[in-house]
Amino acid sequence: MIAETAPAVQVRRRPRFAVALIVAGLILALLSFVRSVTGADDLTSSGTFSATLRVSMPILLAGLGGLYAERAGIVNIGLEGMMILGTWFGAWAGWQWGPWAGVLMGMAGGATGGLLHAVATVSFGIDHIISGVAINILAAGVTRFLSVIAYTNVPGAGITQSPQVKGSIPDFNLPVAAGGHIFGLSTPDVFGWIERKRWFFLSDVGALLKGLTGNVAVLTIIAIALVPITWWILWRTAFGLRLRSVGEHPVAAESLGVRVYTMKYIAVVISGALAGMAGAFLVFEEAGIYREGQTAGRGFIALASLIFGNWRPMGVAAGAGLFGYADALQLRSNTSILALLLFAAIALALVAVWLLTRGRIVPALAVAVLSGMVFWWHAVANTVPNEFIAITPYVVTLLVLALAAQRLRPPAADGRRYRKGQSEAV
Amino acid sequence: MSESVPVVELDGITKRFPGVVANDRVELRVMPGEVHAIVGENGAGKSTLMKILYGMQRPDEGTIRVAGAEVHFRSPKDALAKGIGMVHQHFMLADNLTVLENVILGFEPRRGPTIDVAQAKERIEKLSGSYGLPLQPDRLVEDLAVGERQRVEIIKVLYRGARILILDEPTAVLVPAEVEDLFDHLRELQREGVTIIFISHKLEEVLTLADTITVMRGGRTVATVKPQDVTRRQLAELMVGSELPRPETRESTVRDDIAMSVHGLTVRTKEGRVLLESLSFDIRRGEVLGIAGVEGNGQRELVEAVMGLSPVVEGTIRLGERVITRWSTRTRRENGISYIPEDRQEMGLLLPSPLWENTMLGHQTKEPFARGPWIDADGARERTRLVLDDFRVVAPGVDVSAYVLSGGNQQKLIVGREMTADPLMLIAAQPTRGIDVGAQAAVWDEIRRARKLGLGVLLISADLEELIGLSDTLYVIFRGRLVARLDPQTVTPQELGSYMTGAHLEAEEG
Amino acid sequence: MRVRRMLIALLAPVSALVLAVLISSAAVLLIHKSPITTFRLMASFGVRTDSLIFAANEAIPLFVSGLAVAIGFKMGLFNIGVEGQYTLAALVAAYVGAVTPVPGVIRIVLILLVAMIVGAAWASIGGVLKITRGVHEVISTIMLNFVAFGITAYLLSHFLKQQNLRGDFVIKTKEIPSSGLIPSLNGLLRALGVHPPAGSELYGFLPLAIVIGVAYYVLVWRTRFGYDLRASGSNPDAARVSGVDSRAMVMKMMILSGAIAGLVGMPDLFGLYHRYTIDFVAGLGFTGIAVALVGRNHPVGIALAAFLFGFLDRAAQILDLEGIPKEITIIMRGVIILCVVIAYEVVRRIVQAQEVRAAAERMRLMTQEAESVPA
Repeated sequence: MIAETAPAVQVRRRPRFAVALIVAGLILALLSFVRSVTGADDLTSSGTFSATLRVSMPILLAGLGGLYAERAGIVNIGLEGMMILGTWFGAWAGWQWGPWAGVLMGMAGGATGGLLHAVATVSFGIDHIISGVAINILAAGVTRFLSVIAYTNVPGAGITQSPQVKGSIPDFNLPVAAGGHIFGLSTPDVFGWIERKRWFFLSDVGALLKGLTGNVAVLTIIAIALVPITWWILWRTAFGLRLRSVGEHPVAAESLGVRVYTMKYIAVVISGALAGMAGAFLVFEEAGIYREGQTAGRGFIALASLIFGNWRPMGVAAGAGLFGYADALQLRSNTSILALLLFAAIALALVAVWLLTRGRIVPALAVAVLSGMVFWWHAVANTVPNEFIAITPYVVTLLVLALAAQRLRPPAADGRRYRKGQSEAV
Repeated sequence: MSESVPVVELDGITKRFPGVVANDRVELRVMPGEVHAIVGENGAGKSTLMKILYGMQRPDEGTIRVAGAEVHFRSPKDALAKGIGMVHQHFMLADNLTVLENVILGFEPRRGPTIDVAQAKERIEKLSGSYGLPLQPDRLVEDLAVGERQRVEIIKVLYRGARILILDEPTAVLVPAEVEDLFDHLRELQREGVTIIFISHKLEEVLTLADTITVMRGGRTVATVKPQDVTRRQLAELMVGSELPRPETRESTVRDDIAMSVHGLTVRTKEGRVLLESLSFDIRRGEVLGIAGVEGNGQRELVEAVMGLSPVVEGTIRLGERVITRWSTRTRRENGISYIPEDRQEMGLLLPSPLWENTMLGHQTKEPFARGPWIDADGARERTRLVLDDFRVVAPGVDVSAYVLSGGNQQKLIVGREMTADPLMLIAAQPTRGIDVGAQAAVWDEIRRARKLGLGVLLISADLEELIGLSDTLYVIFRGRLVARLDPQTVTPQELGSYMTGAHLEAEEG
Repeated sequence: MRVRRMLIALLAPVSALVLAVLISSAAVLLIHKSPITTFRLMASFGVRTDSLIFAANEAIPLFVSGLAVAIGFKMGLFNIGVEGQYTLAALVAAYVGAVTPVPGVIRIVLILLVAMIVGAAWASIGGVLKITRGVHEVISTIMLNFVAFGITAYLLSHFLKQQNLRGDFVIKTKEIPSSGLIPSLNGLLRALGVHPPAGSELYGFLPLAIVIGVAYYVLVWRTRFGYDLRASGSNPDAARVSGVDSRAMVMKMMILSGAIAGLVGMPDLFGLYHRYTIDFVAGLGFTGIAVALVGRNHPVGIALAAFLFGFLDRAAQILDLEGIPKEITIIMRGVIILCVVIAYEVVRRIVQAQEVRAAAERMRLMTQEAESVPA
């Protein structure tokens, strides 16, 4: 960087929230358009949005977990393994005692994985990725072993799945707006009414709002609340400042009396606990049992949403929402995936145009070609094969990372080994 | 003020590291409210001593007394509690955090669990005002210039109630104008009753600013003098103990044919911002071309462009007759460009690898290190032995890992391997940074030898003495442009500094 | 000197093993069984001839998988996509090998080549994403695993399956004719005086695996390419400055790693399955990562680790009969990995500190000697 004399005060904090809202609106409008054209109502139905919310939560929780760890400078590839621990302990405790015990035990299980990761990376200085990979392998093995011990003679269970958990987490319906109850009397379902009218864009907004406020699990509300809470913790409290400093410049933090090792430990354990909570969520909101392989790579998708979200809580939420939408859609219907192809083709075409205006000819051409291919596929196919539907979230993850990876700013000391007492000068 | 208690007193401080005694029964007495300078060459033990005073290291022997009372520091927090604050040579500031966040880190004013931002801002602004250190709390540190960052570091320790300031080589990264500003700030601080200890090896500054000077050499305190009682020459001799190694060169060895020429070299970032603008110069065989400039004005980009590490380059680079602008780094190296990188550990060595693998680095495609697609370990070992001998590198063998060598010996190894690769051009970036006096003299000798052998040398350095002493031609780089071509025999440091800071531009306009 | 070096080199794996045994014993005690019985059973069952052959057969693909991962590790890159690469490669190679009308030996070569090409091609996607868009290869290769599974399932169900099979519920490709299979090594074993019981055939892929291992060693430690590879892993900045083209390096490595990964399914394809089915052996990619970690990216270490894992798997089968859950070996596996990684790090640190001290002492003496000699 060339040294310059200090310019006038730069306003660094652009109104990020407003920009995000506008972008979201544009995307919704495009979806609405595609819905009208193809008749694939599921693209913007309240059912889809409701499912999106449900499916994004594990990714969101794990992503927030990853956020804490990486903001403290530790890369946590082991989120998947910690989530697995969360599913197992969540299901087991849920089977024994009920849902809330399950959530707590799931968090404890994940936190234990986090503790192990912390010991390996912080105290022993092992490469973060190697430790994370090892923990994933270990978690899979441990849960298999524990299943053998706990479930061998239990009906309805076995080494790869647990019995049904007791009870479930209560739901919440926003009264009046989404058809909930006030004092036991059922109230009208305003958003649902708007949705059924099928007006362009307005109905879709209605559907979105209904999906977000109807039949929402309490755990979901907790998870969403964690987003602003995390922001507040990391950017408004002393604890949060110290945690971030450890991920930006641990030597400076140490020199000012911040207990770097302690902060890293705390961050990684929190990270594990949140990943464990994500696992518990999977158990209670999706399957009602623990099943081997349940997490299906969501821990890694959570990492992708962390990167996509530029290491900020709102960004992680946006990323989780995006991947959740792709996942939810593929669960619901085949025709909507086909319609999604059209959406993708149009969106890619717009990206190509944008790249062209920036003068990046070659990438613009590549994206345009991709758009054309997707267009052709949409035009030619009647259905999308089941095998491809199942991999939608993974493809979306790849696409998103490929397109968005450049303008990012990870914490400066992320992934770097830190030894106490090390200094810059030789 | 005749019987004042010293505000800081170090007695018999000894500190050993494997293979070296960094501090040997050091004594230091600093009086309240004075500016006390500690001088010595690289490796004299000044930094270690101050680290001990600041609680970053524990002494093996000796006592520390603050205002007469003995203290034991286990961490910088203890030192700060006693009012001692340190401003490091390499700033300890997190780029992605704001000025405010960097200043209050670890000492945050609270309102419940949250940070009381209003109170912090108020206090910072008060300190900023009373000590004359202008600051903007909400800016990100990465947007600040070097002088501003230093102010943040100073405010950081003042914020924690420091009344004794330790400054480690504060002017190393500043140009003469910024140095003046700093001195004004320090004098203001002194007026407010703050005691200042500063480490330097720049004698002029020390003589200007200090009330008392302690000289260290080889880990020991050699003398404590008052600036009015000593001349610069005497001070220098105390520092070095014998004759100063001078980088001066005598007869010209410049030949006619051109070793390397650069014409219209322009480098831009991907977004189009200009990093280097239309640089043109020729280096003849047997000539040392020095480039002076404040760090961050394009030197790194210039070196990267010449070495082929830069992706976007316009203009022409020639090696002798051949145009090499599009050549890869490997091809350039194979054809006779040798490189001494400015950060030897980061860019020049494979620390965990044995020495013979390090000798290969940069030359791994040629004899004697490779034969066809295979590497020739025996050839590499043989060559390494040669380098260790010829360049007087102190090492226990060719199979030890590079991390066991001292900084000076690592640099000598690098210089040796680059010189023995039969180069046409030598690029030397900060070749004597952070190494001891002996190694420094050896490296200067090698550069002079390269000159005599008819190599072209591109020398980039922040050490003005080194530049002036070794160069045949001297350019100044500022904001990516070559703004002056000077004669090292006649140029003065003030003139040089003025070009380096762009003051000459203002003078021309004004 | 050499002996001391060897002892130091053994310190880490031995301490890791001891630690692993201790922790595993604790796990066994936790379920009220005797560790001594467990290990005794495993040992006695494990050294039977058919057990050893079983273990070897399992070790061979793990060895190849470990090599594929290790070559990435050596460069500081993580190819977690071996799983997807070998799955796709095995399917396509099995199909092409079965339907192409070529004579015996050529068929074998064809299958191997196709497997390598498919593996390399799939891995290169991750490489391209990394060098053009900076996508971290851990995430991209893991995502590509899932995509590979989907594509494999699709291709198998829709295009590549064998038609006209009534009453057969397993979807599979056409069988490779026996002339196009690598024969088992039992003949060689019998010639050596070993008599494996019926049903126990040592995979004929073994010599090929050894060749790959040797090639890996030679490539990484004896060639210029290997030097560049190791330098990139040790200090990417210094490697760049020394002339290594880092982007080209990443691509070459991913392609190489993918090619080796493609071969991971081959031992089982030739030795057991003779076709690709929906039940084709899975998990070799992930276990390969573990094998590479335990083997410290060195072919001999990887071979030992692969055999250890194979041995554990086989030895576990006896445990069920005695009421000890065989999943204990899975825990052992995980524990071994963690212990090895930690032990090596700790030992490295101790050795480094000691080396610095010793060298500093020697250099001090050398400087003193030099100074005492009159100039």
